[in-house]
Amino acid sequence: MAAAAKPLLVIACGALAREIVALKRLNGWSDMAVECLPPELHNRPERIPAAVQAAIRAARGHYAHIFVAYADCGTGGMLDAMLASEGIARLPGAHCYEFFATSAAFAELSHAEPGTFYLTDFLVRHFDRLVIEGLGLDRHPELQPEYFRNYRRLVYLVQSADAALSSAARAAAARLGLTYEERQTGYGELASTLGQVATVSLDSTGLRKERSAWRH
Amino acid sequence: MGEESTETFDLNTLNDQELTEQVHDDLYNGLKEEIVSATNIFLARGWGPDKVLNDALVEGMRIVGIDFRDGILFVPEVLLAANAMKAGMEILRPLLAETGAEPIGKVVIGTVKGDIHDIGKNLVSMMLEGAGFEVINLGINNPVENYLAALEEHKPDILGMSALLTTTMPYMKVVIDTLKQKGLRDKYIVMVGGAPLNDDFAKAIGADAYCRDAAIAVETAKTLIAARRAAAH
Repeated sequence: MAAAAKPLLVIACGALAREIVALKRLNGWSDMAVECLPPELHNRPERIPAAVQAAIRAARGHYAHIFVAYADCGTGGMLDAMLASEGIARLPGAHCYEFFATSAAFAELSHAEPGTFYLTDFLVRHFDRLVIEGLGLDRHPELQPEYFRNYRRLVYLVQSADAALSSAARAAAARLGLTYEERQTGYGELASTLGQVATVSLDSTGLRKERSAWRH
Repeated sequence: MGEESTETFDLNTLNDQELTEQVHDDLYNGLKEEIVSATNIFLARGWGPDKVLNDALVEGMRIVGIDFRDGILFVPEVLLAANAMKAGMEILRPLLAETGAEPIGKVVIGTVKGDIHDIGKNLVSMMLEGAGFEVINLGINNPVENYLAALEEHKPDILGMSALLTTTMPYMKVVIDTLKQKGLRDKYIVMVGGAPLNDDFAKAIGADAYCRDAAIAVETAKTLIAARRAAAH
C-alpha cells in the first residue's frame, strides 16, 4: 500500500535554508518539509530551472503541495516558464534582496544608487567563499576593479541582527572600497509568502481543521 | 614526477603554427605578458596586424567563449583572457589604423539606465572591434537621451543595448519605442544582450536580435549588416 502524500514541500535555494528553518520554528510549520539546492547554482543561473525541475519531479506524488523558494534569480524568466509548465508557484521578485527588503523598498534603494552591492545574512556569512573566491579575487585580486569599479555602496540587508555579522559586512564593504549602509529587513516577503503557502496547504489537506479540533 | 616544470621557453623558437596555438593556450590561461610577446613576434615575422588579430587573438577568444558557454570556464578566467587580448590589441590598434582599412560597420553600444554592469558589454565591444567594427562604447546607466545623441552624432549601423538585471532590461523597450516615435527605428539594427534576456524578450520589445554571448554578437552583427546592405542594392 502506498504511503499517503505529505502536506507540503518547499524546494529552496540553499541561501535561504537558515531563514526558512527559523520561520518554520517560529510559526510551528511542522508539516512543511524543506529541500535545499546548492546556493552555488547562482554562479550559473541558467542551470537553476533544470535543477529545480528535477527536484519537483522527484517529489511529485510524495507531497500534496510543492512551493519553490526562489526568486527569478537571474534566470531571465526561464524559471517562471518551467514553473508554469509544472503548475508551481515561487517567491516574488527578481532576487532574494528584493523579497527580503520588500519590492517597494528595494526599488527605492536601486533607484537611489544603481551602483549598490547587496549582502544578506547568508552572503555575509559566506562572503569569502561566494564573493571573494567565487569571483576569483583570492587568486586574482587585480580583477577587483573589473567587477566593482561601477559600484559605490554596499547595503547589508539584515535578517537577524547580529553584531558579528554587521562587523563582517562592514569589513566586506571596506575590502571592496564601498561605502557601507545597513537596513533591518527581517524576513520580509519570505515570511509573508511562506505564511500564505503554509496556510493554504494546511487548509486544503485538512490539517488545520484537525489541529483546531485537537486544541479544543 | 608530478612536479610542474618551471622552465620558461622562448616563444621565438616556435614556428608560426605552433606560436598561433601557443597564443590560443596563453589567452585561455589569461597570460597577458605572453600575449604581448607573441604579438610582437608575429609582427616582427612580417604578419599583418589583421592576420595576428584574426588568427591568433580573435580565434583564441572564440575558444574561450565556447568553454565559458559550456561551463568549463567561469567569469574570472574570461576576464583574465579578455585583459590579455586587450593587451595584444593595444599593440595592433594603431597598426590597423595605419592600414586604412574601412571598418566593416559601426556600432553604438551601452548599458541601459539603472544598470551599472558592463563586463559582458565590454567583452562584446572588444570582440566587435577585433572583428573589424568601429565601436562607440557609451558605458553604463544610459538614459534614452544618451542613445539618441550618440545615434545622431555617430550614425552607426547598429545600436547595441545591454542589461544584467530583470529590473532594468525593460528599459530597452523604452529606447526602442522612443526610436519608433521619432521615426528612427528602421535606420538602425538593434541588438540586445545580457544574462536575463532571451529571444522571446528581444522579439517582444521589437529588437532585431538577441545575442547570447560575444561570439554570437559578432556573427549576428556581420549577418544583419550584410543582409541590410544587400537589401539596399
